[in-house]
Amino acid sequence: MDETGNRHYPDKPPKVYLFGTCLIDMFCPEAGMDTVRLLEREGIEVHFPADQTCCGQPAHSSGFPEQTRAVALAQMRLFPEPWPVIVPSGSCAGMMRHHYPKVFADDPRLLAEATALADRIFELSEFLLHVARVSLSDSGQPARVALHTSCAARREMGTQVHARALLAQLPGVDVGLHEHESECCGFGGTFSLKHPAISSAMAGDKVDALKETGAETFLSADCGCMLSLNHTLQKRGDPFQGQHLASFLWQRTNPEGGRR
Amino acid sequence: MNAQNNSQINAQANTQALRFVPASEFKERAAVAVADAHLRKSFRGAMDFLIAKRAAQFPDPVALESQRGLAEHIRKYSLARLPDLLEQLERNLTANGVQVHWAENPEQANAIIINIARRHSTKLMVKGKSMVSEEIELNHAMADAGMEALESDMGEYIVQLDGEKPSHIIMPAIHKTKLEIARLFAAKVPGAGYTESVDELIGIGRAVLREKFMTAEIGLSGVNFAVAETGTLCLVENEGNGRMCTTVPGVHIAITGIEKVVEKLEHVPPLFALLTRSATGQAITTYLNMISGPRKPGEKDGPREMHLVLVDNGRTQAYSDEQLRSTLQCIRCGACMNHCPVYTRIGGHAYGTTYPGPIGEIISPHMLGLAATHVLPTASSLCGACGEVCPVKIPIPDLLIRLRGEAQHDARPGHAPMLGQGAAKSALVDAIWSGWAALYTRPALYRAFGWLATRFRALTPPMQSGWTVSRTPLKPAKRTLHEQMAARERR
Amino acid sequence: MSARDNILQRLRAAPQGTAPLAPDVRGFHAAVSAARPASNRATRMEVFCDKMAFWHAEVVKVTRDNWSQKLRELCAAKGVRSLLYGEQTEYTAALLAAGIGGLKPYDRPVDDWKQELFENTDASFTSTRGGIAETGTLIIWPDANEPRLMSLVPPIHFALLDADKLYETLFDAMIEQGWSGGLPTNALLVSGPSKTADIQVTLAYGAHGPKELIVLLLVNEEELA
Repeated sequence: MDETGNRHYPDKPPKVYLFGTCLIDMFCPEAGMDTVRLLEREGIEVHFPADQTCCGQPAHSSGFPEQTRAVALAQMRLFPEPWPVIVPSGSCAGMMRHHYPKVFADDPRLLAEATALADRIFELSEFLLHVARVSLSDSGQPARVALHTSCAARREMGTQVHARALLAQLPGVDVGLHEHESECCGFGGTFSLKHPAISSAMAGDKVDALKETGAETFLSADCGCMLSLNHTLQKRGDPFQGQHLASFLWQRTNPEGGRR
Repeated sequence: MNAQNNSQINAQANTQALRFVPASEFKERAAVAVADAHLRKSFRGAMDFLIAKRAAQFPDPVALESQRGLAEHIRKYSLARLPDLLEQLERNLTANGVQVHWAENPEQANAIIINIARRHSTKLMVKGKSMVSEEIELNHAMADAGMEALESDMGEYIVQLDGEKPSHIIMPAIHKTKLEIARLFAAKVPGAGYTESVDELIGIGRAVLREKFMTAEIGLSGVNFAVAETGTLCLVENEGNGRMCTTVPGVHIAITGIEKVVEKLEHVPPLFALLTRSATGQAITTYLNMISGPRKPGEKDGPREMHLVLVDNGRTQAYSDEQLRSTLQCIRCGACMNHCPVYTRIGGHAYGTTYPGPIGEIISPHMLGLAATHVLPTASSLCGACGEVCPVKIPIPDLLIRLRGEAQHDARPGHAPMLGQGAAKSALVDAIWSGWAALYTRPALYRAFGWLATRFRALTPPMQSGWTVSRTPLKPAKRTLHEQMAARERR
Repeated sequence: MSARDNILQRLRAAPQGTAPLAPDVRGFHAAVSAARPASNRATRMEVFCDKMAFWHAEVVKVTRDNWSQKLRELCAAKGVRSLLYGEQTEYTAALLAAGIGGLKPYDRPVDDWKQELFENTDASFTSTRGGIAETGTLIIWPDANEPRLMSLVPPIHFALLDADKLYETLFDAMIEQGWSGGLPTNALLVSGPSKTADIQVTLAYGAHGPKELIVLLLVNEEELA
């Protein structure tokens, strides 16, 4: 596909792989579990290769190509069946879909493997919308939310379009637009550690803009941004918090009203 | 205004011994800049304005993509033939009566210009906007040689009057408010009264500078596009000061980076259209000044002597690598800085280099070396806004990542080392990433680490490097996703 | 080795992958033009006038018979005391016959009268080589008769443009007029009066060049309305 969204989508598959990402694994496992619940509700069997760790993006963006290759290679072989690989994170999905082929560009055999895998990588909201073709039924109270789409999700995976389309299926949910919506929240992986002053200024501006929509919560398909913004708000003593899109979708559409 | 007053202004403008500030102190300057609410507000306002103006010029994303594709193609094609095109340009310019000079570094470029200036017993050089002249710090070299170099672009004139450097490549005085400029003019332009009217302020600048155009022995300009097939230098501007500098004085010196050459005149319109639309959201600038030579016999104006100085200053280093070469596709529109969330918050001066923002982060290492600039490629969240708006599709985020790598490693086998290669190498950081890779390539170890981290989550360190400057510490969940999924399997 | 040799040698030593094909700018332009509604003289004039107005220039429609009288009226209305003109152009005779006060020929090298040009010349009148509708632009090719500074130094610039020479785009003008076959020492595109937004992004006119640009658009009698 090209970045304008002209991707050819397969029919809904009986089975998929889940790539949970290292941040979700350690810090937001509920987002991973809710992803599984959303997929299973569509009658899809979810396989979670136990040997998965991290897509390699932290080393890639820090300029450590050797370590990136080692870690990426360790993931590439974990998805032998031709099933889609669902990634509940726009930036990790972008890494596997767009950057793996660049990481292995100098090795024809690995490049072929990386390209084949890249074809099967789907960010969660894209998969729900275009492959699983979900039809969500809203069971929650009317709510106003804001949406923060990570930069990679926006520019590499089109998540701001897919996530909005999913949320539009929920009549009780009103999605507010915020000022400078397309602007980065200042997380940027190791950027937030290396340049805390600038990163903090960006995160501060983003939470201000999200709050100004009058939303009760903000949603993100990326745990990195969400954690960065939530912990910024916590440091301010502000109760406003964000939630992973998967968790929000599950809670809104599960008649039991939340977690099992 | 009398001549004595004018020379006072000039003396003031020239006494500032302003040089590059070290890029290595970027973090300190950035911290000061983000804390300056006034600066933050002016940059945010100005960048929002430029972003909106640009967006209005490109209503159709599909059309924009095809225009960018063509512009990228023209630039890549020109670069692929660069040495041949430079020779063709030189031949045609020489045939047109233009003297062509080559400079490998700022010292050589300054020496060439100062020699020409001395030959003409120059007291005053008026300058049109030229970022390459900033790059070589020509004004200081001229001052050291006892000659005056006066900026005549309004924004450049303002920053020079205040002893500063441009904070933006297109809008040099964008960091200054109208009131600051009003105070500056009242204080430093003799005879000028205090006024907050923009029209009157511009009128003051016009009056001062018109005198200068008349008396200057030399006019200096940059070049936006150099056309090899015709031997033509194209200059893009709104004010007319570039035309003054290239037409009124007896000698015109143009200075440009070697990458600005295109093969054919017909390659100019697509680049020109994207340059002005991307830079300031204008469909066209007031002037496109296409100069193909000095005054011919019988002509009544124009310089009698014309020179072009072709400057390398690190460009051949970028050129020597097929990936880094795309840096040289740049047409200097400034859209990457307008859209950069980092630039927007810290402004141009914090970078300490001639070119700020994303383009500066990828070009400065070639000009100044990685030892001085390795922090600049890290000053990006890799959000991709720069690459998205770049009219010639420079993959800026990929180049930032590449330069981060070159700063921390020896040159790859078969690649010549960059200037300052490996300057940010750190045994500790190497060990951290090696340890990281060891952990993340050993699934059992990784799961054990997850198990421990969740069990001992109460022991998570409360200070987590830059993260906790404005955030509460990260704390692992009670159970990892791995554990929860494994437990599910067992059920 | 000279700096030139060093630079060229470094460039030639760089690895070159497959050389890109020459960009097909003409093909691209043809495709863009084909996708647009066809333009004609009337639409080009309309677009040109709109864009010129956007650039803060005045467009006054004139005919072959009345342009010099219109110019005389405009000069009087604007209080022009001295009007710089070029000798031996196809318009000179009509201009001289129009009874405009303060006519001043650009008849000697600028070096001899620079101060007078800068300080004591209210306006200039020049011909043009054509115009560009898409962007509201004049094509000016200065020569020995109409030197470069005529369109730059006087605060008011009157430019005569024949509507027959209005092109849709810069590219069309460049190709149809065969520019690459022979450019003058200084070819110019001019889109409105001189301007700047360097003070707090506020637009101001007359930065260094003309404060006013008045285009006399030469049309047929029936197009005057």
